[in-house]
Amino acid sequence: MTITEDRPASNDAAEVGKARTRKEDQRLITGRTKWTDNIVLPGMLHLAMVRSPYAHANITNIDTSEAKTASGVITVVTGEDIKDVQGVNANAWPITPDQVTPTHLPVCIDHVACAGEIVAVVVARTPAEARDAAELVDVDYDVLPAVLDLKEAVNDTVLAHPDLGTNKSAFWKLDSAEQGSGGNVDEAIAKARVDGIVIEREFRQQRLIPAFMEPRSVVVDPTGDQMVVWSATQVPHILRFLIAATMGIPESKVRVIAPDVGGGFGGKLQTTPEEFATIAVSRRLGKPCKYTETRSESLLSGHHGRDQWQKITLAAENDGTVTGLKVDLIANMGAYVAVVGGGVPVLGAWMYNSIYKFPAYQFNCQTVLTNMTWVDAYRGAGRPEATFAIERMMDEFAAVLGRDPLEVREQNWIRHEEFPFTTVAGMTYDSGNYEAATEKAKKLFGYDELRAEQKQRRESGDPVQLGIGVSTFTEMCGLAPSRILGQLNYGAGGWEHASIRMLATGKVEVLTGSSAHGQGHETAWSQIVADRLGVAFEDVEVLHGDTQIAHRGMDTYGSRSLVVGGEAVVRAADKVIAKAKVFAAHLLEASEDDLEFTAGRFQVKGTDKGLAIGEVALAAFAGHNLPDGAEPNIDADATYDPVDFSFPHGTHLCAMEVDTETGATTMRKYACVDDVGTIVNPLIVEGQIHGGLVQGIAQALWEGAEYDENGTLVTGSFVDYTLPTSADTISFISEHTVSPSTTNTLGTKGVGEAGTIASTPAVVNAIVDALRQFGVDDVLMPCTPERVWKAIQAGGAKPGVPAEGEREAAPHFDEGAPNDDRPATPDTTATTQGGAQ
Amino acid sequence: MIPASFDYLAPTTVAEALAALAEHGDEAKVLAGGQSLLPILRMRLNAPGIVIDLGKIAELQGISEDGDELVIGAMTTYAAVLASGAVSTHAALLSKAIATVADPQIRHRGTIGGALVHADPAGDVGAPALALGARYVIAGADGATRTVEADDFFEDLFTTAVGEGELLTQIRVPKHTGWGAHYEKFVRVSHQWSIVGIAATVRSEGGTIAEARVGLTNMGSTPLRAKAVEQALVGQPATDEAVRSAVASVAEGTNPPSDLNGDAVYRKHLASVLTRRAVLAAAGA
Ligand SMILES: Cc1cc2nc3c(=O)[nH]c(=O)nc-3n(C[C@H](O)[C@H](O)[C@H](O)COP(=O)(O)OP(=O)(O)OC[C@H]3O[C@@H](n4cnc5c(N)ncnc54)[C@H](O)[C@@H]3O)c2cc1C
Repeated sequence: MTITEDRPASNDAAEVGKARTRKEDQRLITGRTKWTDNIVLPGMLHLAMVRSPYAHANITNIDTSEAKTASGVITVVTGEDIKDVQGVNANAWPITPDQVTPTHLPVCIDHVACAGEIVAVVVARTPAEARDAAELVDVDYDVLPAVLDLKEAVNDTVLAHPDLGTNKSAFWKLDSAEQGSGGNVDEAIAKARVDGIVIEREFRQQRLIPAFMEPRSVVVDPTGDQMVVWSATQVPHILRFLIAATMGIPESKVRVIAPDVGGGFGGKLQTTPEEFATIAVSRRLGKPCKYTETRSESLLSGHHGRDQWQKITLAAENDGTVTGLKVDLIANMGAYVAVVGGGVPVLGAWMYNSIYKFPAYQFNCQTVLTNMTWVDAYRGAGRPEATFAIERMMDEFAAVLGRDPLEVREQNWIRHEEFPFTTVAGMTYDSGNYEAATEKAKKLFGYDELRAEQKQRRESGDPVQLGIGVSTFTEMCGLAPSRILGQLNYGAGGWEHASIRMLATGKVEVLTGSSAHGQGHETAWSQIVADRLGVAFEDVEVLHGDTQIAHRGMDTYGSRSLVVGGEAVVRAADKVIAKAKVFAAHLLEASEDDLEFTAGRFQVKGTDKGLAIGEVALAAFAGHNLPDGAEPNIDADATYDPVDFSFPHGTHLCAMEVDTETGATTMRKYACVDDVGTIVNPLIVEGQIHGGLVQGIAQALWEGAEYDENGTLVTGSFVDYTLPTSADTISFISEHTVSPSTTNTLGTKGVGEAGTIASTPAVVNAIVDALRQFGVDDVLMPCTPERVWKAIQAGGAKPGVPAEGEREAAPHFDEGAPNDDRPATPDTTATTQGGAQ
Repeated sequence: MIPASFDYLAPTTVAEALAALAEHGDEAKVLAGGQSLLPILRMRLNAPGIVIDLGKIAELQGISEDGDELVIGAMTTYAAVLASGAVSTHAALLSKAIATVADPQIRHRGTIGGALVHADPAGDVGAPALALGARYVIAGADGATRTVEADDFFEDLFTTAVGEGELLTQIRVPKHTGWGAHYEKFVRVSHQWSIVGIAATVRSEGGTIAEARVGLTNMGSTPLRAKAVEQALVGQPATDEAVRSAVASVAEGTNPPSDLNGDAVYRKHLASVLTRRAVLAAAGA
């Protein structure tokens, strides 16, 4: 595929479904574009941040005198200097009314709660001078004990914020019996302990760092009436709102622009201390200011992802029918509750039951504060964690039963004729066909052949063993119906906005409130509008990411852009057509009922009389001959609030070779069949799946943020935070089934996170499958060769002798830990605590 | 990140470079390919007052033959070493190891001399150079040169026989013509430094190992040579079983690091597995 491929401008075939190369790629790939850091304003000053090297400390003194006299330095600003104007980095989703939420100041004043927090801002004429002077700022710290272990944090022996009195931020629960969507899970577990199967496992979701390609950057121009903020952000609209809401600046005086943004993966949905500090300093000086982070700062101080312990209890009948699922999480918020920090693990609440018909379900989540970088959404946000846990459990369950993991899944999943299906968590799944996707995936993968090879390698004692991992996942996409967000106490709605401007020359401008940062909205939206309005793909211009142009929006995250934002575009286009039809009827001297709109033309039925929509736009522009009283305008707006989520799904199969001598793992084959509903652009979908897969596989095999005992990030550069490259991955086999969503016009479902959500458990399941013969039933992520090798050594059992039946449950939370600290049904208390099988 | 500011000098002869070094003392830092030095400066782990760039000194570049030795100029890039038929013919182990260093961009800037002087114990050039018995020509402030034997070059973590005010000018590698070679590099992701690396080169007669050289990467604070293993391999058939027992003790006496990629116990285990594989591959088995 080449980027210069010639495409006819004609509109002879439907655009939706075409593998268009992306409009935006040429400028992105050649660098002929605007990244925030490329923006240069007259008289612009540069900022460098002085950051705390300590994880937890009181600031006793800041001496800026030497730095202030350094070459090129304009001033040095401390938190004290801007305390009344710097605003706060807000939490927009308090998950409970009594959530403990530490105040998150952009520039610390007297207390730092994690390494990397900003304690002073140096302003200089050049970035180099700012950086040099930052080393001259002398900060005295009174170092405090830091709490760095999630499980220790819940004991409240060392406090992340001593003034709060506890590290426990919030406890959130969903219980199917209480909400009336299913049975009592404790009863199901108690029964299974007597006459069925109970599997208890504990999984670790390691801490990850969203390593977007473009480091974060912000430019603030406070001159003139309106303050303009350029930021490498996923959320220009939310940023504008929170600037206004917390900094005391009228919203109408703030314009936020997200120019081309180089990736986010959730990592740029924060409103950051750096943004707020730059705004405060820039307004104080009345000068444009720029701050661009270094990669080291990005790894340390951009928000992190995941970081949870998951205790899962699965109850089932001996015949393989699942009867109950209980989930107990502790989730690390880090030092502060980030913008949707507490909400991220809670998003998993509706997903642990996944595609399976559990009759009883309970989800408990304790969020916890520590002295580590704050944690928020990372590609998938809550759903990868849920999918990992349930898909690992289903493989463990199959192993206990001694049956094929796909067969056990099929016994329990929702059959295609059962859609729409209301789950035990209370969600209604729109459509899907797990049988079809699985059948297709098995064929593409060569499932039976690989199973045969696996058997043969086991029998011959090959030093390289083969494992096959399964992940049949679903996810909820299209965040989100505002009504549901309101019930969850989320700080905003989940609608999206679009406007369509019909230009006099026949060109079309589409304004979308979704803020693309690498997804390809400009291409996909053009395809949708080209079809809908019958105009050429090339004639559609998609504008986004500027609050003054696309003035209403909820931005891009949670696989929402196409499902929610795309639907808004469809509805705006339909309004344009409705308006234009009135004009066309007038101009053609026909009745509206006699007009049909096809391929961009209003045609008088049965005649050759007609007008192209562009001609109507020109007539509206001229305004010479319009129906009486009509406004000379056929532009239209639509704000769409989704009625429900959509539920993409897929079957992912992974074969891993494990070198039992070294513990090295090599991916042998990966096949996935994803059902993401209607596909607008197969090429973009392919890209999303591939990139998503790599990120999910990376969690399984490579990535993990690690701190030392002092709270210093050990994986502070890409030398130690081992991000994979294309050299580390294989070619994936990726195909689709299509069950159109029933909740939007185009039938789309969302694909941005699918690969990441599905792949992690497929990989770990494959590794465990290869090692189960050695008595291994889990390997911590990332599954480094060392961990794999040590698991084999510790497993102890001889190859060929399955040991899963005798193995004890993985360790559980201690008694009295927050997840156990709640009333249980009296007669089952004894069996649900302590983790004994 | 942005390095602290420094002065920059680009001499065109070794003599000029040595004079500049003498003048600036410990304020000066020598720049070769910059692939280790620049990250250090950018992270502000070091802030020299002046950087002396060796990139314009023609006499430090290139590969030639001198009797039984290959002579490689310190400023010869990895890419140039890889492209050299003389190196792949007479010191195949060096080519094989260098092929595993980082990625093509880095191999086009990084130099063999810079890598050796930098002496990162996880670097991939030290162990093969040690195994091949390379000798090092070092020029001192007075312009005189001295030659350091293979076993005396690496002193400690990031420390070599190249002293302050000195320059490494040449690496002289004894020819190992006709020897099979293999560098077994163990990493988690492709662009990583060695977790453990094994450099093995073997002269075979029939199916029997006549001579062997084995160097270890990242098994201690310097590259190591496994002389006992080399001895044990002599006269062994190039079979899995024979080599396995000959190399079993390769990690004895080593002191590998413990880090996120693996602890010392694991590295010692890896060393024995990888040495077997490297030797067998070098022997063409
Ligand atoms: C992303 C990345 C990945 C890498 N991966 C690997 C890898 O997989 N394996 C590996 O082995 N290496 C790896 N490296 C390091 C690379 O090999 C470096 O190029 C090498 O270590 C240094 O060589 P250089 O020419 O760049 O030296 P420089 O960085 O310029 O210099 C290194 C040091 O040597 C000194 N010096 C240089 N030349 C002389 C001389 N002639 N006389 C005296 N002193 C001198 C300098 O003053 C400096 O202290 C990697 C580097 C990067 C950036």
